[in-house]
Amino acid sequence: MPQRIFITGYGIISSIGHNSGENLSSLLQSRPGLGRIRHVDTLLKDELLVGEVSCTHDELISLAGIDAADGYSRNALLGIIAAREAFAHGGLDKHHDLKTGLISATTVGGMDRSERYYLDFLSNNSRNAYIDSYDCADSTEKIARLLGIHDFVTTISTACSSAANAIMLGARMIRSGRLDRVLAGGCESLTKFHLNGFNALKILDKEPCKPFDQHRAGINLGEGAAYLVLESESGLAVTGNTPICELAGWGNACEAFHQTASSPDGIGAYLAMNAALSMSGLEPAAIDYVNAHGTGTDNNDVSEGRALERLFSKNMPRVSSTKPFTGHTTSCAGSIEAILSVLCLEHQVIWPNLNFKEQMHELSFSPVEELLTTIPVNVVMSNSFGFGGNDTSLIFRKVNNNNDTSSPAPLLLRE
Amino acid sequence: MAFINGIGIISPQRTADSTAFLSDVMEYTADYLTCIEPAYRTFIDPLQSRRMSRLMKMGIASAKLCMAESGVEMPDAIITGTGLGSVEDTEKILGEITKEERFLNPTPFIQSTYNTISSQVAIQLKCHSYNSTYVHRTFSFESCLLDGLMQLEEKSATNFLAGTIDEMTMNHLQITRRVGQWKMEPVNNLSLKDVKTPGALAGEGAAFFMMGAERSSSTYAELTDVATCYNLNGSFASAEFLPGFLAKNGLYPADIDIVLLGVNGDCSNDPIYMQFADQLFPAAAQAWFKHLCGEYHTAAGFGLYVAANILKNQVCPEVLKLSAKKPVRLKNILIYNHFRNINHSFILIRGCYE
Amino acid sequence: MDELILKLKKEVIEQLNLEETTPEDINPDSPLFGEGLGLDSIDALELIVLLEKNYGIKIEDPKDGKKIFFSIRSMAEYITEHKK
Repeated sequence: MPQRIFITGYGIISSIGHNSGENLSSLLQSRPGLGRIRHVDTLLKDELLVGEVSCTHDELISLAGIDAADGYSRNALLGIIAAREAFAHGGLDKHHDLKTGLISATTVGGMDRSERYYLDFLSNNSRNAYIDSYDCADSTEKIARLLGIHDFVTTISTACSSAANAIMLGARMIRSGRLDRVLAGGCESLTKFHLNGFNALKILDKEPCKPFDQHRAGINLGEGAAYLVLESESGLAVTGNTPICELAGWGNACEAFHQTASSPDGIGAYLAMNAALSMSGLEPAAIDYVNAHGTGTDNNDVSEGRALERLFSKNMPRVSSTKPFTGHTTSCAGSIEAILSVLCLEHQVIWPNLNFKEQMHELSFSPVEELLTTIPVNVVMSNSFGFGGNDTSLIFRKVNNNNDTSSPAPLLLRE
Repeated sequence: MAFINGIGIISPQRTADSTAFLSDVMEYTADYLTCIEPAYRTFIDPLQSRRMSRLMKMGIASAKLCMAESGVEMPDAIITGTGLGSVEDTEKILGEITKEERFLNPTPFIQSTYNTISSQVAIQLKCHSYNSTYVHRTFSFESCLLDGLMQLEEKSATNFLAGTIDEMTMNHLQITRRVGQWKMEPVNNLSLKDVKTPGALAGEGAAFFMMGAERSSSTYAELTDVATCYNLNGSFASAEFLPGFLAKNGLYPADIDIVLLGVNGDCSNDPIYMQFADQLFPAAAQAWFKHLCGEYHTAAGFGLYVAANILKNQVCPEVLKLSAKKPVRLKNILIYNHFRNINHSFILIRGCYE
Repeated sequence: MDELILKLKKEVIEQLNLEETTPEDINPDSPLFGEGLGLDSIDALELIVLLEKNYGIKIEDPKDGKKIFFSIRSMAEYITEHKK
């Protein structure tokens, strides 16, 4: 029997809150985090709506609790804040005999500082402290150093499915016997770089996004960071942690269709969801809720919707996209939405798909419109799809904490 | 464990247009080593290639060279590693948005996404299988290999395509020279060892490997294991780590015939390699490769190409030798690479001849 | 119109890196997308940039591109109508 993987902690910062409590409260009150751009110096400032974390760079430095702030990108600061919360929640400061890894995901890396200081980089030495912060590994290494994680450290970048792939790799590392616990997730800050990039692709909505709506018009970009603590079954016996839920399945597939567009039939989405489902050993009817990728673009929602119809046919679970709350946090969306999915299991709720009005003509279902609080939620699927057709699906399952985690498995203590 | 069943590599050496192993070594005196690129027409339809950046073309061509050599038509997983992705596309966008934020073309943005090459290879092959990209400095390629090895262990795959791609530009060289990463003046790559100054000689390259659970007629060698070690505040000691790593793979230090070191000409980094080899592997021959490809985050890809060829051809070319010691046999090679004494990585390769 | 058509052909070739195509190869009435020159949705976005940069014409909804970028002639007609 392969090791089961449990979630024992999480931490999140997004446009709807600086920690998991604030995020939960915004979700319960159906309070979205979309607004005008305040912290990126861009011509698109008054044109676009985004899910921006309300803090300035200095405010983030103080929230992150660091002293020497030179060389920290906004991305790293967001990452540190969320990672610290998850680290404390999962009790990672204890039990150093357990093998612990950090797998982080990002695409913009330290671009927020690099785009600001690029001309200095080219011409003088005034901003040298930020040169190393440019790449994707920088935020990961800063988090690892601050938290003292060193058994395994790496960074994944597969566009908007990155953080879901980080969680998936974490689970596989544990299952392979290489690690006992993993802090997995991602961080992504808004930058002029990708605001302009997405704008050039003409897929940004200037109004609040309307995923799965007939009149949807695109994405609102967002930022944030989110990390989950994944722990092996045998690790639980050492830490005594109470699992919040189980990561019961995961699957990744590639559309192999187009660099940016999704295929009309959602083949990648279907294959990823199907792989996650078959790994979990669950029937489609067992899924209570799908936290969809649901970006609000014309293309994604048709593609994902059709894949959902193909997989679930008559057993269509409740579906919603939480991107109208947080904005599309790109590389980080996978872990932000994983936590939002875990919150559904923990609090027995299903999040509404805000701004929805009219069912898409191509689809036979509508998303959840109101917060649901009276339905049993035992299994949740979370979808994250990225450029290049990189599609990942994760399945979280509620655990019965009285007797569900006791089967012993070999411990992986550091030699 | 996996077999290296095919290699496609574009590097500053004649690796793309010739299968001969380092028979015609390229000498440069340059700020950084640039790849010798093949005619892409053979690999990519011009209608498709017209929008592709140089890095993307290098990636796709080396992937196709690798596929052709391996005889595998469809990999079960495509996994790449890149330290910096497309520097050229990123610079294009930075150039535009720091001037004026208008008229931005979507193409450089799409290609600046790090997984653009693993996706494009999948698109070209119509490969729906597992696809991922690692972007962690000198752990990028090693993480990619580790992921692939786990795919084989999980029986999710019987083979995987593992690739590395990184490029250098003059702009990026100038920027990163500011933080002491590179030599400040052009140097001769073949006399790199004698230039006792700080900073490495920069380079670039693309290398793809077809890794299989089974041996094939094109097998080079066996990729036995890979490890990445993050040196947190000086807590890592290779002397403590290595014996366990080797033992896990049924080996003693004395079994290693060649240590292939990431020596890159940087006088502040190279002593770590020499100390490692002298102390832990006194019996092994010492070899190096970065004078041929330059230093970049995924240079270990070139290192793996070198090691696989030494084992397949049963010859260690003179140009690779770092010590006078002659290897008694060519069976086990350990590649050791580190970045700033923070990211240490090890790749273990075993010859398949019998 | 003929002058604009030739200019546009050159601009399209340059913008889309159609290295092996000469202005003479492009029939102003043939479709640019699909079977014609074989252009795709990313090319359409690049043509939007071209119109904005060279002619000051802004296209907000990429769906409008379908009609405007049907052929070199339809592009030329649209430019003549909308040029500021």
